[in-house]
Amino acid sequence: MNNLVPLPVLLPLIGAALALALNRHPRAQRAVSTTVMTAVVVVAGVLMYAVDRSGPIVLWVGAWPQPLGIALVADRLSVLMLVVSCAVTLVVLVFSLNADKAERQRETPVSIFHPTLLVLSAGVSNAFLAGDLFNLFVGFEMLLFASYVLLTLGGTRERVRAGSTYVVVSLLSSTLFLIALVAVYAAVGTVNMAQLAVRLPDLPGDVQLVLQLLLLTVFSIKAAVFPMSAWLPDSYPTAPAPVTAVFAGLLTKVGVYAIIRTQTVLFPDRHLTALLLWAALATMVVGILGAVAQSEIKRMLSFTLVSHIGYMIFGVGLATTAGYAGAIFYIVHHITIQTTLFLVTGLIEVRGGSTSLNKLGGLAAASPVLGVLFFVPAMNLAGIPPLSGFVGKVGLLQAGVQHGGFLASLLVGGGVLTSLLTLYAMAKVWNRAFWRPVSEETDELEMVAGEQGAEGAAAEDGYDGESVAPRRMPVGLVLTAGVLVTLGVGLTVVAGPLYGYTGRAAADVLDGARYVRAVLPVGLR
Amino acid sequence: MSPNLTLVLIGAILVGAGVYLLLERSLTRILIGVLLASNGVSVLFLVASGPANGAPIIDVTPAGQMSDPLPQAMVLTAIVITLAVTAYLLTLAYRSFQLNGHDEVADDVEDAAIRELAGLDRGQDDDDDDSEVPDEVGRGSADEEGARVSGLDDRDPQVQPDARARARADARSERGADA
Repeated sequence: MNNLVPLPVLLPLIGAALALALNRHPRAQRAVSTTVMTAVVVVAGVLMYAVDRSGPIVLWVGAWPQPLGIALVADRLSVLMLVVSCAVTLVVLVFSLNADKAERQRETPVSIFHPTLLVLSAGVSNAFLAGDLFNLFVGFEMLLFASYVLLTLGGTRERVRAGSTYVVVSLLSSTLFLIALVAVYAAVGTVNMAQLAVRLPDLPGDVQLVLQLLLLTVFSIKAAVFPMSAWLPDSYPTAPAPVTAVFAGLLTKVGVYAIIRTQTVLFPDRHLTALLLWAALATMVVGILGAVAQSEIKRMLSFTLVSHIGYMIFGVGLATTAGYAGAIFYIVHHITIQTTLFLVTGLIEVRGGSTSLNKLGGLAAASPVLGVLFFVPAMNLAGIPPLSGFVGKVGLLQAGVQHGGFLASLLVGGGVLTSLLTLYAMAKVWNRAFWRPVSEETDELEMVAGEQGAEGAAAEDGYDGESVAPRRMPVGLVLTAGVLVTLGVGLTVVAGPLYGYTGRAAADVLDGARYVRAVLPVGLR
Repeated sequence: MSPNLTLVLIGAILVGAGVYLLLERSLTRILIGVLLASNGVSVLFLVASGPANGAPIIDVTPAGQMSDPLPQAMVLTAIVITLAVTAYLLTLAYRSFQLNGHDEVADDVEDAAIRELAGLDRGQDDDDDDSEVPDEVGRGSADEEGARVSGLDDRDPQVQPDARARARADARSERGADA
């Protein structure tokens, strides 16, 4: 069973190499990447079952004398993250397979898209399984590098611009991460998380605080927590739909996962509740206010993505079992829903020829199926009962009320407000893109835009860009998006067992000693 | 272990200079900044590894006199990653140069458009003179940024009298050209 643990990292890497070698045979390449991702999902599922039944599985890679080697740790939290992230990646992969040929050539040049996506998946899995801060860093770098490439696919002007911001911010956070690693290593002489858990409490309090704040800053940049969130809405919307979907689903959640680990394994006794709760509140409110102002669906969704990260930080900040259980459930819900919404936006772009609310109109009449595909996850995001967003939010709000105190109550209020404003933003999309008749004004604006667009396009790379006429949606795309929407609804159906599982995972992570017991041999605890 | 002050200072200066360059708009300078900062961090790893000692190889150096090999392994990893970053950033800068004739990171068009819309709303609230508002907003910061982003400096501003339509059309034409 132990040897299954590295597979979610190894398989995609091997798959990526194969896919790259097969870049002249698109069909074989697609077969390889789909098979590999399916295998990873199966492995992750088996791991989840085993871990839930019989406790954490630890593998010391290379069988060096412990604790010298690198440890891979699969506990309840990390395998849950693995299963969800790999499943979502698989669906997005299948989605991108079904894009019609012209679209694929324009948006996702197959020869590099598949290998890069697989490397991204390997990086994400590595970050989830890392039992070692430096290995976590390596996982982050893998996924970041893959994301640089995916974000600038095709190298158009807009993507190069968006990519530049993203790359510079990521590089800064990586540099900070390295500095944090140096500081940690200089202070305690190890980067193994379980050993850190043993040794860090011996340090003076202020040194601990510096290390903790450094790590939290690094992970907050990756998770797009408020003061460090400006890069996200700036860089995500320009990428192709499947890419944005994967990014929105996975990348920020890896940051949240790392924050959870920092708060529970490394510094279990320093909750920093006030700091985290204020950050959570600011993230929620500022994010959603940004979303309300947008008139472009992808940008609006990027802002809601930032905003809803606040819910997870809320749960982490409370530092109670209920808080962590809610936060973990919310991560699962949010990965699924945000990915779904971005994929459906990709469909809207195909069907309506644009993602701008000023141009779209009459979609509900033009394509009722698309309406359903958008409406269900949108309501789910806003937290309408009985969908999973509601369950997650209620869990978090309950945890807040249980915790009590002024700040927690303020956060409960902020959470409700954010939820309502999310509903408002989604209703805005619905009203304008789906229900509004195609009006005279729209046509006029469109003509103006068309004129300018034509000039611009002629001058530039020869891409026809957005003057792409509205087309029928390929059946495969609709089906794949439908599968994801169903998965999102399915989260409601399995909410009971799932919430039970996240509760157990929360109890696990809150018991830092348990992690240490699982990882380190007896003599070193 | 008492840290080596010279190394700490060198690391700090390199990282400081790197961060200063990171704040520039030109990708080439950003690249140099990244290189400086990552070299600074590598130097910091040397601080963490303690005083230099013998090569950490069994049978060559007695166990007590070895340097700490782990930070060196980490520095190696960091150097490899920096190499990849350098290659990627150079490509990005070159592509940006191909497309725009310079390698400066531009502002976001959508941001500019939304700022312009907000400016319009404010203008309508406290100013009834319609002809004044679009001009003011149009010639203001947003238009400059729009021009900077698009590089379409020859665009005739008279074509769209309505600034609101122009803001949207700008944003859309940009995306139209680039998507």
